[in-house]
Amino acid sequence: MLAAEGGMGEFKVHRVRFFNYVPSGIRCVAYNNQSNRLAVSRTDGTVEIYNLSANYFQEKFFPGNESRSTEALCWAKEQRLFSAGLNGEIIEYDLQTLSIKYAMDAFGGPIWSMAASPSGSQLLVGCEDGSVKLFQITPDKIQFERNFDRQKNRILSLSWHPSGTHIAAGSIDYISVFDVKSGSVTHKMHVDRQYMGVSKRKCIIWGVAFLSDGTVVSVDSAGKVQFWDSATGTLVKSHLVANADVQSIAISDQEDSLVVGTAEGTVFHFQLVSVTSNSIEKQWVRTKPFQHHTHDVRTVAHSPTALISGGTDTHLVIRPLMEKVEVKNYDAALRKITFPHRRLISCSKKKQLLLFQFAHHLELWQLGSTVATGRNGDTLPLSKNADHLLHLKAKGPENIICSCISPCGSWMAYSTASRFFLYRLKYERGNISLQRVSKMPAFLHSALQILFSEDSTKLFVASNQGSLHIIRLLDGSFKHLHTFPSLSGTVESMCLLAVSPDGNWLAASGTSAGVHVYSIKLLKLHCTVPAYNFPVTALAIAPNTNNLVIAHSDQQVFEYSIPDKQYTEWSRALQKQGFHHLWLQRDTPITHISFHPKRPMHILLHDAYMFCIIDKSLPLPNDKTLLYNPIPPTNESDVIRRRTAHAFKISKLYKPLLFMDLLDERTLVAVERPLDDIIAQLPPPIKKKKFGT
Amino acid sequence: MFWFEVLRIWNNEDGDLGKVFKATLSAEVYRIYSTQGTEPIVLFKEGAVRGLEALLAEPQQKIESVISEEEVIRWTKIFMILRHPILLFITEKHETYFAYVQTVHSHTLSKYTLVLGEEKALIQSFTASMDRKLISLITLCSDGSVYEALIPTHPSDPEKTQRVVRSLLLKGIVSGNARNGAAVATLDQDHVAVLGPAPEASKECLSIWNTKFQTLQTSKELPQGTSGQLWYYGEILFMLHGKFLTVIPYKCEVSSLAGALGKLKHNQDQGTQAVTRFVSWETSQECFQNSEQSKRILRRRKSEMSIQPEAPASKQLLSSIKKDSEKHIEVELRKFLATKRTPGCHAVIGDIVTGLLGRSKAEPLFYPRNCLAQLIQTCALSYSLCPGLMEVALEKKDVQILQLCLQHFPDIPESATCACLKLFLSISDSSLKEADVHMESVSASSDGAPEERMEQQPGAVENGSSPAEADCAAAANGRPPGTREESASSPVLPKRAALLNAVLHSAYSETFLVPHLKDIPAQHVTLFLRYLYFLYLKCNENATMTLPGIHPPTLNQIMDWICLLLDANFTVVVMIPEAKRLLLSLYKFVKSQISICSELNKIEISFRELQKLNQEKNNRGLYSIEVLELF
Repeated sequence: MLAAEGGMGEFKVHRVRFFNYVPSGIRCVAYNNQSNRLAVSRTDGTVEIYNLSANYFQEKFFPGNESRSTEALCWAKEQRLFSAGLNGEIIEYDLQTLSIKYAMDAFGGPIWSMAASPSGSQLLVGCEDGSVKLFQITPDKIQFERNFDRQKNRILSLSWHPSGTHIAAGSIDYISVFDVKSGSVTHKMHVDRQYMGVSKRKCIIWGVAFLSDGTVVSVDSAGKVQFWDSATGTLVKSHLVANADVQSIAISDQEDSLVVGTAEGTVFHFQLVSVTSNSIEKQWVRTKPFQHHTHDVRTVAHSPTALISGGTDTHLVIRPLMEKVEVKNYDAALRKITFPHRRLISCSKKKQLLLFQFAHHLELWQLGSTVATGRNGDTLPLSKNADHLLHLKAKGPENIICSCISPCGSWMAYSTASRFFLYRLKYERGNISLQRVSKMPAFLHSALQILFSEDSTKLFVASNQGSLHIIRLLDGSFKHLHTFPSLSGTVESMCLLAVSPDGNWLAASGTSAGVHVYSIKLLKLHCTVPAYNFPVTALAIAPNTNNLVIAHSDQQVFEYSIPDKQYTEWSRALQKQGFHHLWLQRDTPITHISFHPKRPMHILLHDAYMFCIIDKSLPLPNDKTLLYNPIPPTNESDVIRRRTAHAFKISKLYKPLLFMDLLDERTLVAVERPLDDIIAQLPPPIKKKKFGT
Repeated sequence: MFWFEVLRIWNNEDGDLGKVFKATLSAEVYRIYSTQGTEPIVLFKEGAVRGLEALLAEPQQKIESVISEEEVIRWTKIFMILRHPILLFITEKHETYFAYVQTVHSHTLSKYTLVLGEEKALIQSFTASMDRKLISLITLCSDGSVYEALIPTHPSDPEKTQRVVRSLLLKGIVSGNARNGAAVATLDQDHVAVLGPAPEASKECLSIWNTKFQTLQTSKELPQGTSGQLWYYGEILFMLHGKFLTVIPYKCEVSSLAGALGKLKHNQDQGTQAVTRFVSWETSQECFQNSEQSKRILRRRKSEMSIQPEAPASKQLLSSIKKDSEKHIEVELRKFLATKRTPGCHAVIGDIVTGLLGRSKAEPLFYPRNCLAQLIQTCALSYSLCPGLMEVALEKKDVQILQLCLQHFPDIPESATCACLKLFLSISDSSLKEADVHMESVSASSDGAPEERMEQQPGAVENGSSPAEADCAAAANGRPPGTREESASSPVLPKRAALLNAVLHSAYSETFLVPHLKDIPAQHVTLFLRYLYFLYLKCNENATMTLPGIHPPTLNQIMDWICLLLDANFTVVVMIPEAKRLLLSLYKFVKSQISICSELNKIEISFRELQKLNQEKNNRGLYSIEVLELF
């Protein structure tokens, strides 16, 4: 009994590395100072919202669409988010319902750039046909106001003067300064095409920034960062920073620091510093280079405390500025966000199936098997290899938002922004047949989250209107059981769902704090878990006890008893003692929680770099104990082992870990996605020569 | 704003052009000047100056005429001295130029006549800068030269017309027949920008000259033509180029001779030694700036060779130079050198050398080599302090003095370096044997060749294939590329090698050197190339790629010179049969370098592949079932 308690036991782990997931490259980032949120758009049109105050959690996302590419992204007043792209449309996003509010054609051909006025009430777009269009932002829409003087070439970058009276527009070979009032060009500043002594065909102004003193900073395809005087239209200073394009620029609100990103993957920090100590005259000086990217840095942003960059290599890098960070805690560390903070994988335990969600297709795999046994660390010979059962291509240009396979493996559902698909899977002598369930009800057109009940008889769908639908699944058909409307007038969408294994309780959590628990038997709201400051990253209901386990983005984990409508004793004890500091310093959120069918005291959870089994029966670790102890006890006595043992059993063997679950008592499945495999699928970076010619 | 006699004044904040204050004046206005913090100043065409407020109070007041009848104002500029404006205007009357300095607050006007000198050239462009007490008026004349005239701001006798003599700053830097006129602008005390056609090529260009060292800093061609207008304001040059206003930011670097010359001597090595070999420009600059006297000496020396003893300590020496015997001078010199160095000693030593050279010119038998050698070794001399020295040494074929000059002067022009090189290559063995040359740069191992092999290889071409080609063919057949002919012996005598090493060490700028290198006779080029190649092979003998000995030429210097020689003389060298073998081996060498680089690239790629393989190995495939025990 004691020996069994000492270890967590032995598992067979299906180590899966065939999830061929490649994140899309980052195209734009836009930082909002008021809400401390960061909007990130990717090359597939996906827009993600990161809450920088909540441990950089990706709290919302808008699915991409093949027919739109986002070339520009900006925040306007009242934290409204707009994007524009090569399909010529300006899109406003609804951050409450997580859907597109409207798309509006600017009638200027592909849009390359967009900027909101300093007051946030006007929007400017730069188009392929050389036009700069001004839009007025009305409470519920945007309204075209007028065109500025048309230019010869496409407008690739725009920047407002902080006073809102002038704008700078970067085009090909020149920068125009417009007077906003008259819409006419006051200055045209031509950029030298010379590149390392060789005359290039064209010099593309990738980015401009207009400072209050009238300085225009431009970055261009010849590798230059240039400072212009917009009053005279003259070049003041030129810095050659790269042998390749400088593609992005961002400036701090104080205008004392700016950041540029190059196609070589380097990010340069420029600062306005005094020429000599105690002199008033200041000068822009290139201070720090950072090389966190391997590929083009397509976009940069400057928050008050950090430089943010993203590009083709798909990483979002947040590099805090040490001098701006007040407390030297874990916030001062570099963040590199590569994987989405949500699950792309679901699992059928019974059939040992894995459903992989990609942007435009789903893959269904069956895990292999082995009859062999071995000791810790052994790789067992396979008697049957993993099998790719199905490749289901999504229809239309829209990205898949969410997908799920039922625990029994005979149902599969996915949703795009406008359509919901439910399939029936049949297995006959090793063959699989797929049958789409037709005539879905009209209200089921888009889902943010899909979940099947443990016995696969019910389907729960969280729609983007804030409502939750319950559908009973019969053999080959379905029946709408009930819809929980969105609560008390809010239209906040539910992003996370959890159902109790006995099928009585459904927990749902929205984008902001607050978890609601519904009784499925009574079809009514049972209780609401007290709100917490940080968004929920994962939810699960334990079997038998019906304890709801909630993980938040600040790495706190709560256990809430649904029947008792209160936090459990263990959870209170944990809060009282506090988490180990190393636990709190992890930088990826917990994305999945599951339970051991035979050991009610165990909770399994994982983030991208570790998985943990919490044994509630063991004492909690304090800051003095070693949290992560990979060395197995060899010949220690049980006494010592028990003294050092604590509730958190952590393994960092599998990483980056996108999914982990218990298939049965002695079997785990771990889906890894090694970074090298992702890099191997990216286009090659700009090669830097090491030796001669 | 005005129309000759009508003054119109608009309010700055009010954009309405209709709202204007008008005042009609009694005389025609030349220009209005406004400087920050002071009242605007009105200059009338007749040369009178009034403050704007005084003028507005009484618009019809009588304006006296200051300049004579046929004088016309050509150019004006306003300066500020201690918040008081000073107006300088230049007038012309029958090709005679006058400068007027008007101190506005004290109403003093002083007139100066610009003495043009012998050359009656029209002034094309003016520019001026001010240094507390003196206005330096720089003029560009139609003969293409730039002159400087110093005009005092506070005249000693304001009533009398004084004469200002101008001195030549730069000679013949623009061609005389400028279609649209040339322009000049001062950038700082040592730099001027000149706009106009270059003397040789007819293309118009902007060039920036260092007047202190007489060097061209940079130049930019303006193919679309200019119109002779150039401004410099706040480190930015403005000029008309074709239909455009071209704006070029230009910041003058603090002028040091090393900077002016482009390439530094000994750019990477020889820590302490290098330091002592340099003339300290800090001190020499100081003495240029601080003492007006030494500045004048410098200028005067360019035109004539007269000496005015300035420093009392050296007075005796300078006088003895004129008449005493060589021995006596040497004794005096030793006395002089034993005394403490004063900050102005550079100039004094320069004077001594000029004196010695002047005498040796006058008396062909007088050649105080020992004195000169001693003076050069003081490290206080430079080429620009005594330009005649190397000339005389070249005339007398004094390789010893030349070597010392090459070693100690930081500023030898490329033409002089090349003349030295020519002499070193052509001087006969017998005269070389007599010369006392410093041999430290030549290692003992390389002086194995007793006889030079200048006339090697008669250059017979048999059946269209020279022996070198055969050698190449042999190499292609798999034999290690030519090691046979490049034996370990030097192609030149050790003494010649030492002299050539001095040339290798000298500073140069490629663009200026290559044209001079073209003048070297072909067989000398070949010899020098052979010597360089020999040095290169010597370099390759050890791992550090250096030559033995004290202060030997570096590998970079050797390679640079090989490239320079080939650049300058390739067409000639390629025709000489005896150079063919050398060229072939150089070609093979370059080829091998390229192949090494490509091999390195291949190795890099192979390593990367290996790394990839290694990763794959670690990956253990895409799927596995493993056993995990958690404790």
